[in-house]
Amino acid sequence: MKVFNIVIAGVGGQGVLMASKVLAESALASGMDVKQNEVHGMAQRGGSVISFVRIGDQVHSPVVMPGSADILISFEPLEALRYVHYLKPGAMLVYNKGTINPSTVASGLATYPSDVEEQISGICGDAHGIEALSLAQEAGNAKAVNMVMVGSVLKNLPIDAQVVEGVVKALSKDKGVEVNLKALRGGAAAA
Amino acid sequence: MKTIISGNEAIALSFEDSGGVFASGYPGTPSTETLEEVARLGKVYCEWAPNEKVGLESAIGASLAGGRSLATMKHVGVNVAADALMTLTYTGVNAGLILMAADDPGMHSSQNEQDSRNYAKFAKIPMLDPADSQEAYDFVRTGFEISEQFDTPVMLRTTTRISHAKGIVEPTGKIQPKVGEWVKNVPKYVMLPNFGKIKHVEVEARLLKLQEFAETSPLNRLEMGDTDLGIVTSGISYQHVKEAFPTASILKLGLVHPLPEKKIREFAGKVKRLMVVEEMDAIFEEQIRAMGIGVHIGKDKISFCGEVNADIIRAAAGAPITTGTAAPVENLPQRPPTFCPGCAHRGLYSILSKLKVFVSGDIGCYTLGALPPLSAMHTCICMGASISAAHGMAKVNEIAGRTEKPVAVIGDSTFFHSGITGLLSMAYNGGNALVIIMDNRTTGMTGGQENPGSGQVLQGEPAQQVNMVDLVKVLGIHNVVEINSYNLEETEAAIRKGLETPGPYVLVDKNPCILRYRVKKPLYKVAQDKCTGCRACLKASCVALGLTASGEKPKVGIDPNICNGCGVCAQLCKFDAMSEV
Repeated sequence: MKVFNIVIAGVGGQGVLMASKVLAESALASGMDVKQNEVHGMAQRGGSVISFVRIGDQVHSPVVMPGSADILISFEPLEALRYVHYLKPGAMLVYNKGTINPSTVASGLATYPSDVEEQISGICGDAHGIEALSLAQEAGNAKAVNMVMVGSVLKNLPIDAQVVEGVVKALSKDKGVEVNLKALRGGAAAA
Repeated sequence: MKTIISGNEAIALSFEDSGGVFASGYPGTPSTETLEEVARLGKVYCEWAPNEKVGLESAIGASLAGGRSLATMKHVGVNVAADALMTLTYTGVNAGLILMAADDPGMHSSQNEQDSRNYAKFAKIPMLDPADSQEAYDFVRTGFEISEQFDTPVMLRTTTRISHAKGIVEPTGKIQPKVGEWVKNVPKYVMLPNFGKIKHVEVEARLLKLQEFAETSPLNRLEMGDTDLGIVTSGISYQHVKEAFPTASILKLGLVHPLPEKKIREFAGKVKRLMVVEEMDAIFEEQIRAMGIGVHIGKDKISFCGEVNADIIRAAAGAPITTGTAAPVENLPQRPPTFCPGCAHRGLYSILSKLKVFVSGDIGCYTLGALPPLSAMHTCICMGASISAAHGMAKVNEIAGRTEKPVAVIGDSTFFHSGITGLLSMAYNGGNALVIIMDNRTTGMTGGQENPGSGQVLQGEPAQQVNMVDLVKVLGIHNVVEINSYNLEETEAAIRKGLETPGPYVLVDKNPCILRYRVKKPLYKVAQDKCTGCRACLKASCVALGLTASGEKPKVGIDPNICNGCGVCAQLCKFDAMSEV
């Protein structure tokens, strides 16, 4: 299988890394080669986060080059716009419609663009916004936005949904199992 | 069993599987998770040292006592440990010793780009440069073998994309740790000049033997393909090369110092164009050129700055690069990291910003106080420099007849690391500066690691907690005052007093890190009828705050999902619009 490139973007604290871990473990459980990479450190402090998951028969670099992502999953609209150029021509973007102000906006130094979603659609013809926060809340925890987002792209990934569910179960603790599975399925149904 | 783990986790796992006995180090991105993982795995003793020099020296002691040892640090940490390293190369080891140095090309979370391969050359020791998690695992085992076979410390060098990237690892089986003899050997371990002179000769001979080893070791691998282009590379650059030119001939170096001259010459003879792909410095290229071998594509085409990627390599060799859907969207609001909602640094910096003092900063979360809108830090060099630099400024101010007092801001972990000696100098030499120690009881920026002030060691057991005020006093500082930076009025008064009182003056804020200790406080809300939209609260740079509408003078709202209830915004509000929910 040719390498399938997934880019996950969001804001530090949103669970981008956990979502990446779920996809990477699922690829491993499916017998594929996989590399996953994000840059953390400073990102923990509310900064922009970008993570790569590359799946295939043999994966060399852990880095996805701009213009080569098969799918972009963004947990926040502005971050979707920031990384939309990572997509291949014609590739798909799913983003959470809930916005989070960057510190530059919160402190009045910059304005959050009012037309982010229009700009996204203008660049990517296959962009889909979902209400991930309310779906996560329906599942039982606002923090499950990351599982909603993973769910929302399940049918577009070269991984079996059952395998992903199994990995989510294995990685979740106690009550989290039910919440995360519900969020995953909620995301899948919304897409 | 196969697992998917990061390079750091692979090093930790292999350390345990390779008979490791003792590990020490100091947190620093991207190296931090290595020791955390040794602790999590739980089978081998490990600890945080107050700084990298202590970490390496402790690992040296562990090696001399017969245990395989590991010291971990980021690239700039090696500068701190370099004093020990440069003589350790003479003494050699008893049990195997690995120094892991994690470089950060692209400066994802560092103050400089520093190529640790220079240190291997400088110290005349072998260096291993893994290209993925599996090699990170394998090279720890091999590193110990080389260390013991050649009686030398071994450097294991990673970069951010090795340390933090996850890949599939298949462990190769466990070696039971055994502690060897604790030997007294004065000429080997006491580097008096007379012994050192003998050891230096041995170091040079060792390097020649290592060079012979490099020629035949499977660590350096020839992958012959198309002979039009031959690429010498190592580490993460190898992966980018494989992406860019899957069918090119490659000489992949795993042992990156010393270089296998014959092997490189043989490879160069087989290919039409020789290309060298390396991040940061021209370590390979300079040496290859010095061997009299022509390099057709190298640092003339690949920058010394930043990371390498497949397109950079393609472009350097004149091949077409990836074409995407669109150029990056320009002029988007940036999303830089900032103080967490509820962080104690926010209140302090809003005051320092207001007082317009010169702030001599240091390495930690509080370095973010340099960014707008706070913009209250005016120098930041390296770990511990805040206090010593403020001391130097104070002395020149004195000479120039200026009355303004500089302010040094430093965190607890950085103070323990290398701020203590600066303060000792300030006390001893009488520097007229104000020092503020943000004692949040953790090493915050790297994710909340234990330090001598945390009351806990790396492996979780309770530990004696350093009393910061007592420590400051014992250094000879008479004016030490505790502050609570969540109370802006009191803190401002304390800072003003510290600025007015001649001589060294220290303030200690003991509020714990909100991220590490998960402090819960009542949240705040904004009375929309009282908010005038003056934006005074926004100067504290809190992401929980935001303008509720657009238009002429939008009002401020607080996101209850983000607010941590520190109350700094409420104190900055002149119209009493904020209150607890």
